[in-house]
Amino acid sequence: MRQKVILAMLALAAVLLLPNLYVISMLPDEMRQGQIFRIIFFHVPAAASAMIGSAVALVASVLFLLTKNFRYDALAVAVTEVGLAFLAVNLVTGSIWARVIWGVWWAWDARLTSALICWVLYAGYLILRQALEEPTQRATFAAVYSIFAFTDVPIVYFSIRWWRTLHPQPVFFSKTGSFPPDWGRAFMINMLAVFLLYAALTMIRLRQEETQREIDYLRRTVHAI
Amino acid sequence: MRFLRQVMVVTAKDLRAEMRTKEAINASFAFALVVLLLLSFAFDPTEETTRDISGGLLWIVFTFAGTLVLNRSFARELPNDCLDALIAAPVPGAALFLGKGLANFVLILAVELVALPVFGIFYNVRWTRQFWPLMLVLVLGTWGLTSIGTVFSALTVNIRLREVMLPLLVYPVLIPMLLGAMRLSALLVAGQEVTGDETVWFKLLFGFDIIFTSLSLVLMDTVLLG
Repeated sequence: MRQKVILAMLALAAVLLLPNLYVISMLPDEMRQGQIFRIIFFHVPAAASAMIGSAVALVASVLFLLTKNFRYDALAVAVTEVGLAFLAVNLVTGSIWARVIWGVWWAWDARLTSALICWVLYAGYLILRQALEEPTQRATFAAVYSIFAFTDVPIVYFSIRWWRTLHPQPVFFSKTGSFPPDWGRAFMINMLAVFLLYAALTMIRLRQEETQREIDYLRRTVHAI
Repeated sequence: MRFLRQVMVVTAKDLRAEMRTKEAINASFAFALVVLLLLSFAFDPTEETTRDISGGLLWIVFTFAGTLVLNRSFARELPNDCLDALIAAPVPGAALFLGKGLANFVLILAVELVALPVFGIFYNVRWTRQFWPLMLVLVLGTWGLTSIGTVFSALTVNIRLREVMLPLLVYPVLIPMLLGAMRLSALLVAGQEVTGDETVWFKLLFGFDIIFTSLSLVLMDTVLLG
């Protein structure tokens, strides 16, 4: 059943994404940025899905601490790991864009810096998990760390924003934004496709985690005999 | 009242143990000295520009040296299963956290207060011109470091590579606190007053301390009991 859900999600993502790629490539170049502006169709959805992922990881971590149900732990690790990959996509695409528009690969701007710190924080989550062997302890400590990391992200964001920022202001849902409606439509479809991909990958990772725990359980049983 | 007494008992125990061996505080202070020495090669200590980065320099030394104290905080309890005894004792996790946190705070602050004049001499900086505001920054920053560091010290105590894991996990979380403390220290060491927009960093330090102290108080039981 779950296998079918995953396949259906991936198929839907592909159906949305492939024609949309054509639409995006046919859009006229942006006046000042030229071709490179198209990166926004992947850059922003990657960031948005990673952000939602960190919130899901927080909820899953809190639920694990409350219920001690390992399914929540598996969800937390799955969503964090996939989110880290998506955030990496966000950082890399942003870096490519910056090279073309700003002339440098990296600038210590507020958004860039906080995204990078976010990445390092959640990478710490995975490293901590790797270092702990006992499953209950690993799940508990990882959940505690995840809560700390999530709390830190907004503080990091605001503290770094007090240094001046270079990053372009958001063009969606803001009064100063200037994104034409048909571009917005293509963007939304891309967003949906990326979210579906995120969810499907998380479910695949979740299944891996569950299989891993089953193997551990069987191994322990064999040892006990 | 009872809670306060429990906190004080844990703090006194930790400080007494440390005063008898002096292992963490000696190592920490020596480490601070070595880092100060090394940084004097990285930046010309006599130049005016060095004073601009003095805040950053100081807090890097403080966090590095502080990590050594924090590492020992729970590792000290491992021999003879003292940690199990502490957890089994009729003391809530929050009291244990505050007790250990206070002891760490006193030790790290002591290291900082010795390292600061040394820094002043080596780098030819008259750092006493804004003495009390600077002390406030030290206290707020150091409490931020200890509150997070104490929880994470408990979190990493059973890990083989805990000496590496602790800084790896703590430093990224500390970034907002370090930004504020570095900025304020740079101003105050240079003898300037903190006015206007810059006061926002004091608010940041207060907020950071309050948020993470509350979070630590809530989560400490979970960390200790699993």
